[in-house]
Parts: sequence; structure tokens; C-alpha cells
Amino acid sequence: MWQLFQIEVYKIFRRPRTYIAFAVIAFIILLIQIGLKFGGKEYVGIVMSGLNETFEAPTDQVLNGYFVCYLTLNLLLIHIPILVALIAGDMISGEASMGTLRLIVAKPVSRSRLLLIKFTASCFYTLILLIWVAIFALLLSVLLFGTNDLLVAKVSGSNIISSADVLWRYFAAFVFAGIGLITVAALSFMFSVFADNSIGPIVATVCVIIVFTILTQMQIPFYDETVKPYLFTTHMLGWKGFFYVKGVEGVTVDGSIENFPAIVKSGLILLVYAALFVFVAIWYFRKKNILS
Amino acid sequence: MTPVIEVKHLFRYFGDIKAVDDLSFSVFPGQVYGFLGQNGAGKSTTIRMLLTLIQQGSGSIEIFGMDLKKHRQEILRQTGAMIERPDLYKYLTAKDNLRIFATLSGIKITAAQIKEQLERVGLADRADSKVKTFSQGMKQRLGIAVALVHDPKLVILDEPTNGLDPQGIADMRKLILHLRRDLGKTVFVSSHLLNEIELIADSVLIINKGKKVAEGNKDDLLNPAKTMVELITDNAGKAYALLKESAWAENLVSHQYDIIILEVDKSRVPELNRSLVEKGINVRSLRPKHSLEDYFLSLTGH
Repeated sequence: MWQLFQIEVYKIFRRPRTYIAFAVIAFIILLIQIGLKFGGKEYVGIVMSGLNETFEAPTDQVLNGYFVCYLTLNLLLIHIPILVALIAGDMISGEASMGTLRLIVAKPVSRSRLLLIKFTASCFYTLILLIWVAIFALLLSVLLFGTNDLLVAKVSGSNIISSADVLWRYFAAFVFAGIGLITVAALSFMFSVFADNSIGPIVATVCVIIVFTILTQMQIPFYDETVKPYLFTTHMLGWKGFFYVKGVEGVTVDGSIENFPAIVKSGLILLVYAALFVFVAIWYFRKKNILS
Repeated sequence: MTPVIEVKHLFRYFGDIKAVDDLSFSVFPGQVYGFLGQNGAGKSTTIRMLLTLIQQGSGSIEIFGMDLKKHRQEILRQTGAMIERPDLYKYLTAKDNLRIFATLSGIKITAAQIKEQLERVGLADRADSKVKTFSQGMKQRLGIAVALVHDPKLVILDEPTNGLDPQGIADMRKLILHLRRDLGKTVFVSSHLLNEIELIADSVLIINKGKKVAEGNKDDLLNPAKTMVELITDNAGKAYALLKESAWAENLVSHQYDIIILEVDKSRVPELNRSLVEKGINVRSLRPKHSLEDYFLSLTGH
């Protein structure tokens, strides 16, 4: 099992296209960091002027590595799923289009096991991509901008999280984002089983993400209870919950989370979705006729 | 002797189309078994069922005396295959491809074993080259190495000479004969190139529209009592006229350009030659024309 996993990972990381996602992420994050390095104060000024509360903190303290990372994750975590789909959507359909699927299925490995190994390898790629995001978005931002208290703007007010209370929240947020991205990988992987070329599953995944994200962000009351709670894209935003802090008389409580049960619920829903997608993929693949 | 492959009353439908129709055959150890049929005759469907790539219809498939449905992994562990095109991981090296398929076959392969496998197919010097740089013939040979990487007892080759040049076809033929003669493998090889099967196979199965039309020892199939004879002389017109006026007239089948075709009892071929020479006709060529191709065409009605 371990050796089969190793060869799947080897195959992923020997393909040049795998590195497109890494290059794109590094490029976008660097663009954000360069932009904020040279025009960050104005940007922070605009953000703060949009808030209802007034803060004593000067803009150069607000503009720190933690703030840049939070901003970057807000911008990126909607788009990273597309990069995940590039690989996960290719796992089975790519083998079919290369003609290697018939060779691997004719080997003495059960189809269910083969699929689970391939899905695990997709998850591994997804997690490595997330670590890459963490290195660029958090580590590099901290190196470039230093650390300070984190200002988090939200619909119902804002939080200032003390710098000593931030790092564990990022760790938790990245773990949660990992669960969200694995759900996307599972969706894309499921589409991959139905297709004989990579384009279809990748496009299908991107379409689902775009449509679901629009529905998630749509501020129409009718959808708030009827549709949004059932979309996995709604729950993928759960990582933000780690930055929503309890406050007592206007003072944030270190180490607290405003609504931890909601985060857990979202995480579990994402895991159920991922399991469902993988189950459908295995169920279909077990009886699929390999004609490619 | 227990057959290596034993197929009984196999059927396979794709919608309303009957791709395999009541097919039964047996392949015995150490044989090169030729599986003949035109494109679309049902060869690939049968092979894909043997390799569990597509679901088996009704009927039974036993390989190594085991039911394929119940003992899939055990059977595939002892089976190597190259199915149609030798599609491999083009972005990886020959060595990587061998290692990957060895792992999938459940074996650990050493660097020395990889070298040995590649030497067998004449690719040792290209071990570190990416497959995308290989010619069709090299890919085909690497495909064979991949099929053999776990030292299987049964090798299934689907159209192994497809896309090869004459030298490549000759090399493939040698390789298949080497598998049987020197390594003792049972080889099940499908092709629509009849002359290739004729040169390598011990037994032949011919299918048409999914149905078996003939099965048996190749020599028996090719050696009926009467045979077509192709006659070429230095004067075809004169030879044809003489034959038409002689007792051979009833044996004449056709006369086209300088080739005369006769249907004669094999034992009478020397007599035909003698009678022509005695009448002053120089015989340039007199050869039985009953090749597998003729036999195949007569069976499939083409």
C-alpha cells in the first residue's frame, strides 16, 4: 500500500503541470506583498475608514505580516480549489487519456484500493500545496512586514487579536482549509472517474465551484436557509471562524473563539461531502468498463 | 493437461450489439496461441474480459484452473499483458515505467533486474531516456518489458505488431518466439495480420462477428487434402492452353496475368510439375497457396 502510494506521488510530482499551481500561488502572493509593501498604508486607511469602530492603532502597525496573510487567504482560498482540480481531476481521466489506465487496472490490485491510493495521493498534493501557501502567505509576509496585533474586519464589527494569540489560529485555519480543499479534491476526483480526458473533470469542478461560490456569497434571504447551508462552499469559509473572537465589554478574550461548534459542524459537513464523493467514485469505478 | 486459459460459452453484449457470441476455447501451457479476426470481430473485447478490464458477460473464464471472477488478483499476478498500443508514462523514463508496473504487480525490482529486463528487449542503453523520445518500435518493446516485468506465466498481447515497420515486426516475432522457446511462457496473441500469426502460432482461433469460426492446430488448419496451387511459367498462355486440353482442366481455377491457379490434391503437385516440363513448359514457380490468409478469408466469407 505504502509503495503504491509512493509511486502515485512520484507520478504527480514528475509532471511539469503539477508545478503550475505552485508557480501561480507564489506569483499571486508576491504580487499582493509587493503591492502592500509600496501602497499598503493607503490600503489599510481605506479598510479602516470602512469600519464603524475607531481604532487607536496607527496604520503602520495594522499593516503587519499577520494582516497581509489574512488578506491573502481571503483572496486566495476561493481560487486554490481550481488549482487542486488540475491534479485531482486528472488522476483517473488522465490515465485513461494516456492509455495507461488499462495497464494499471489489469494489474493485481483491487479497483477500490487503486482508487483509494490515488485519492490519498491527490490529498497529499493538496496538502503540500497548502503548505506552500502557508510558507508564502504567512512566513514570507511575517518576514517582510513583521508581526503585530491582527485587525480582522467582519460584518458585525471588528476584532483586534493580540499578536501572541494569532499563530495558533493560523495553524487551525490552515488545517480547516485543508479539509475544505480535500473536499474539492474529492469532487474533482469523482468527476475524473466518469471521464476519459482531463478537461471534462477540471471544467466540471471549476463550474461547480463558481456556481456554488456565487450562491454562497449571494445576499438574498431566500437562499440563506434553503440552499446555502447545503453547499460545501459555504462551509469552506469556516476557517474564518478561528479569527472571530469573543469579546467582553469591547475587549477580546485571548484564546477564545466566537462560535467553535459552528466550525466543527462545517468541518464535519465537509468531511461527509468528501466521503460521499469518494464513495460514488469507488462505486462507479468498480463496475466501469475500461474501453480507453 | 490443465489449460492455461479455458473459456466456455462466453457472451458479451454492448447494448443490442453482440460483441462476443458463444465463444469457447482452450489455451494449453507453452503454446503461442494466435487469436485471429478482422477489426471489430470481438478480439479486443475478449482480451479485455480476460484481463477484467470490462465486465464478463455470461459464460465462464478460467485461467490457471481458477475462476477469473473469484480469483482475479491471483490470476493477474501471473499474467502480463500489452493491450493494443503500448501506452506508457511518456514523461517518465523507461526505468521508471518498469519500476511502477513492477510495484503494481506486487514485486520489488532491483536495478540489476531492470537492466536485465531492458536488455532483453534491447533498450538497456535507453534506460534513463523519457518514453516520449522513443520510436513506436521502442515503445512496443518497452511495452513487452512491462508485460514481463513480474515474470508472468501467461503473456497476453493484443495486436503487438500494430504500427511497427518491417524490422520492428520481425523483432517482435523473434521476441514472441523467445518467450515460448527460451522462457517457457504461454503466449496468447491477437492480430489481424494473418501472416504474422502463421509464422509464430502453434494453435489458432479464428473469430468473426464475435463467433468462433475455426480453432485448432495451425498445421491442421492449413493442410487440408486439397490445396490451391499458384503456377508461374515462362509462357503462361501456352501453359494454360495445354492444361485446359489435358486431364488437369477440371483443376483449373483461374488465369490472371502470368499466374495460373489450380486446385489439386497435394500429393499430385509433383506430377503437375512433371507433366508441364515434359511438354516443354519451364516452370518458374509452383507453390501451394493455401496460407492461413486464404483459409481465414474463406471462413469469414471475404
